[in-house]
Amino acid sequence: MSDDRTITPLPTGLWSQPTVDTSAVADALDGTETVQRVRQPASIRYDFVPGVATTRFLKGLANKQIFGERDPLTGDVYVPPRGVCPVSAQPTTEQVELSHKGSVSSFCVVHIGFGTNAPPTPFCSALILLDGAVISLYGPIQEIPYDQVRIGMRVEAVWADDADLSPSFESIKWWRPIDEPDVAAETLKGHM
Amino acid sequence: MAGGSAGSRDVAIVSVAQSTHERAKVATNEVELIQPVIQQALEQIGATIADIGFVCSGSTDYLAGQAFSFVMTLDAVGAWPPIAESHVEMDGAWALYEAWVKIQAGHADTALVFSYGKSSPGDLPNVLSRQLDPYYYQPLWPSSVGLAGIQARAMIDGGAITERRMAEIAYASRTAAANNPFAQLRSSAAVDDLLAEPYLSDPLRRHDCAPISDGGVAVVLATGDAAARWADRPAWIRGIDHRVDGHNFGARDLTVAPSAALAGQRAGVGDDKVDVAELHAPFTHQHQMLVDAFGLGDGTDVNPSGGALAANPMMAAGLLRLGEVAGRIMSGAADRGVAHATSGHLLQQNLVAVLEGA
Repeated sequence: MSDDRTITPLPTGLWSQPTVDTSAVADALDGTETVQRVRQPASIRYDFVPGVATTRFLKGLANKQIFGERDPLTGDVYVPPRGVCPVSAQPTTEQVELSHKGSVSSFCVVHIGFGTNAPPTPFCSALILLDGAVISLYGPIQEIPYDQVRIGMRVEAVWADDADLSPSFESIKWWRPIDEPDVAAETLKGHM
Repeated sequence: MAGGSAGSRDVAIVSVAQSTHERAKVATNEVELIQPVIQQALEQIGATIADIGFVCSGSTDYLAGQAFSFVMTLDAVGAWPPIAESHVEMDGAWALYEAWVKIQAGHADTALVFSYGKSSPGDLPNVLSRQLDPYYYQPLWPSSVGLAGIQARAMIDGGAITERRMAEIAYASRTAAANNPFAQLRSSAAVDDLLAEPYLSDPLRRHDCAPISDGGVAVVLATGDAAARWADRPAWIRGIDHRVDGHNFGARDLTVAPSAALAGQRAGVGDDKVDVAELHAPFTHQHQMLVDAFGLGDGTDVNPSGGALAANPMMAAGLLRLGEVAGRIMSGAADRGVAHATSGHLLQQNLVAVLEGA
């Protein structure tokens, strides 16, 4: 946060402060102004620890591979994997390489851009259920007007140029429509 | 004997599991860390999540630097189909307290309580400064060790402790931990050698401070039939209470812990003999302060696990104290024990539980 940002005065009403009785220290406070706000910039540096399963997933992205992990009991495949199946509470130990194709399970139209690589607004941000997975990935939809995106639409990953691949979600630039018929919205229930 | 906060339903700790505690568990994320611990706590009594009426956890986003980080660890519980669940941004001992209240209210008969902390991603003494009052203390970024040094200095100047006594506490804690396979520090140099070390934050030396640890713990609470089914000798919670001292360090006597003493009194610590006590003291001088606050005598085995000075996973070290006492009661090694947990700086918040085998 920049130190020279203008601070607007507090509005009256709900947020106004009661007048403080300063008679006991009136002399000391002579000529001073009431403090309304203090600025406390703070930052802490962390080393992100993705964990065993997510590390495998992130390393896959650097090779244009999408790895989910299967719960041995339910057979469900989670992507991105966090290491534990939320239904069985068991470790997901089996790696599964997933298709780069999926279906839009939900979406919204974004009018306020954020992040360094956000597309120009308005754009469509979607949840994509990869074929073979039980939960959806998050990503922007491009190469189609934002107001034509629909639930059930088939999409595929568009990868970054080889030189830009890294163990990061940014290795997938966006998702684009493919020439396959929409899937029924009913089949996407419970997979967002 | 019942203390002032005994509750009307008999509730016991019937299962305890913990991870090893290490300086940095660099490979695993939080859910991967705690999943085996939760699984063990349930499996060793033959229970599943379907047998559990309420789940409560303790952790803090400030350790991972990630908002709502606790939600991700719920995967380790098996949170689908939906479960009755809650979370406290406190040490897991307070999560246990919430579960105990839930059971007292008749809303559950069994509970799973777990907590974990990975301190390694951040700079812990600085991270901990974020729990201070935001107007006067936070802007100064006082480290947790620096603040503890002020308290230790006040105790030394007041004649309540000496640097040698502090080193003796460090030595006793870490040599006791030789018998605790989960502990992080399991041996100590001799007291004279410790005293020859330089100050870290005068008058604290390195040995006066708890290690920085990654680790977790899980316990199962049960009442009535479930307790009898799951444990031959449940560790009954006969009294439990928690109290808070003012957050303004300049407005209280730092050499004593009145909230700890009051919680101990309300929990009934002094009503009978105390075979074992596990005190959550992240600094050696605080260990002495707590022994004095609870009036523990020679008949009490204090911190046989090594305590927080041997392993101090943030958010879990307090619940671990309850687990350690419960373990000794369930095994028959002790009949009556006291577990203490603290949260915040300088023993500001304190929870005390009295556990008994009968």
